[in-house]
Amino acid sequence: MKIKKGISLIDQHDKNFLYGGKFGGNFIPETLKKPIDDLTKLFAKLRKDKKFLKERDYYFKNYVGAPTPFIKLENLTRHLGGAQIYAKVVSEANGGAHKIYNATVHCLIAKKAGKKYIVGDTGAGYAGKMLSMAAKKFGLKCKIFMGAKDIKRQRPNVEAMRKNGATIVPVTSGSQTLVDAVSECMRYWVSNCEHVHNCIGSTVGPNIFIKICAWSTAQISRELILQIKEEFGRIPKKMKLLNCVGGGSSAMGFWNEFMDTDAELVGIEAGGPKNSKLHAAPLTNGSKIGILHGAAQYVVQDKEGQIGSTESISAGLDYPGISPLHCFLKDAKRARYTSASDEEALKAYRLVSKLENISPSLEPSHAFSEAIRLAPKLKSSDVIIVNSCGDSLKDKDIIKKRLGSYVR
Amino acid sequence: MKSKITLAFEKCKEEKRPALITYIVAGDNNEKNSLKILNAISKHADICELGIGHNCPVADGYQIQNSSYRALRNGITLKATFNIAKKFKKNSPNKPLILMGYYNLIYQMGEDSFLKNCKTSGVDGLIVVDLPFPENKKFAKKCKRKSINFIQLLSPTTSKLRMKKIITQSHDMSYYISMVSTTGGKLKVSPKKILQNYDKIKKLNRKKNLVIGFGITNKTISSLKRADGLVVGSQLCKAITDSIRKKQNPVKKLNKLVYSLKRKIA
Ligand SMILES: Cc1ncc(COP(=O)(O)O)c(C=O)c1O
Repeated sequence: MKIKKGISLIDQHDKNFLYGGKFGGNFIPETLKKPIDDLTKLFAKLRKDKKFLKERDYYFKNYVGAPTPFIKLENLTRHLGGAQIYAKVVSEANGGAHKIYNATVHCLIAKKAGKKYIVGDTGAGYAGKMLSMAAKKFGLKCKIFMGAKDIKRQRPNVEAMRKNGATIVPVTSGSQTLVDAVSECMRYWVSNCEHVHNCIGSTVGPNIFIKICAWSTAQISRELILQIKEEFGRIPKKMKLLNCVGGGSSAMGFWNEFMDTDAELVGIEAGGPKNSKLHAAPLTNGSKIGILHGAAQYVVQDKEGQIGSTESISAGLDYPGISPLHCFLKDAKRARYTSASDEEALKAYRLVSKLENISPSLEPSHAFSEAIRLAPKLKSSDVIIVNSCGDSLKDKDIIKKRLGSYVR
Repeated sequence: MKSKITLAFEKCKEEKRPALITYIVAGDNNEKNSLKILNAISKHADICELGIGHNCPVADGYQIQNSSYRALRNGITLKATFNIAKKFKKNSPNKPLILMGYYNLIYQMGEDSFLKNCKTSGVDGLIVVDLPFPENKKFAKKCKRKSINFIQLLSPTTSKLRMKKIITQSHDMSYYISMVSTTGGKLKVSPKKILQNYDKIKKLNRKKNLVIGFGITNKTISSLKRADGLVVGSQLCKAITDSIRKKQNPVKKLNKLVYSLKRKIA
């Protein structure tokens, strides 16, 4: 399996929309064939449309707030004594996370498609919060599907969604987390696809959703590559880009422009509680390929193909599957994947929040944990950049409960 | 040789009525009862569908999801599902049995191995909810080679061109989804409109059997009775749920319900 140079990763699929001949595709009910086909054609047109691109760039700059800061974590670097550690502070984007890029683009597309309603799924609540924000801005009625367990553990984001006027539909089936929210949102779309636009919150689902999402978050690396060149004069020889992966949208966006460079790409999955058998790390733990939410991917499942339970302290990473794009990157050996446990993520959150002016949420704390592990073994000529794609504020309750106190 | 599915439709045509097709989930509410239910309702049904429980069923509404989760909680497996099929077919060899499910379970077992199991347990046909045309062409061909019917789905969103292609490739039966919905939704389209769409597809090839499903209950079934066949699923699943809640015998209850459905179209 090989990645082609000079071609956008999202376009490296075959006629069945499979990456590397086996990941992705459109395993969908007949009813969704047409809406997905329509959306595929519309997006193909829009991404070549100069006016649309201008519009996107306008909103990324003036609404999302591009570029987000790129900073050196001086104290953390000194504390660990090894590689130089940097952060791309994507949590400074409007709303506080990378989910704003996908949400904004989907709302723009929904408008072009003449839709008045938009629905979406959410785990950590960021995808839902951003969609509700963007929907409000663009005058769309918004409905968000969220697992009942996540509604409880991600209260600040739930409150934000309500304030933005979105209807929140609690999902009580299955594990009551992201996987069930995505399923329920898809069902809603199956029943209402004629009038409703669907925004899947990560680089998962039928192919077109993977494409739109990765195309949107790519803004992160378009900014970063310029910021790196400004900081170092060129792309450093030994540079690692560390990103947490749940569905994989943040990492795809962080890595996209670096595909054809020597940058080392490391994805960090949710390893779950230290002594638990449950995890949300299908790539790290060698899960088999299966079909989930319309796409073939490595997915936590049992022998017969029932989707497996997952567990993670981080609602945003608590998902049994992973983007087909990351499966492709793994098998092509362009990226490598590892995991961090709940405890390691908490520890990383605390250290970074104590030493630096940023305070990553539990999702990017998984990536920081890997940075903390790697940095002391490396030289000062090595550069580690972590995508700090969410703010700890949303995890205040969980952190207080687990660590006794919350610092930011 | 004509398939059992074809023979079932021929018999119904002689009797000038649509085929009654029932859907329940294998193992609902447990392995033993589900076989008993299947045996009982097959006396009134012309074709039986048996759902393969899946815990991530993206095209199923509340009632069928409920049945799937209940069956899985009570220990149903794919292996046990084939067992139910086998025992049923031993009892009623001429009653067509169709397995309906999601592709991941087939994918994990392997297509060939799955079809072998279908063959040895006497399964007559397959509906794979999330393997649409044309992605299903290869698998459908494999099915045909094993004389297993691969049943194509069509929906109100299916374009005319697609309809043509799908019907051309179809085997002995195709399935028209009555409305834009998951299973078990309320019938939100008028029977007249449904039959108009049905006629559009039939016109492409009158000889191909076309059944209608989704949203059909004993309240709506008679209004659609000029179709080749009608599928009732969610109402049966709901009846199992109700019988458990009211501590009634699900076998008796389902038997009565399917009998009454048959009376409405016979
Ligand atoms: C802050 C943050 N980071 C990461 C993720 C994981 O999603 P993805 O892998 O698509 O970036 C989420 C998901 O909700 C999130 O909120």
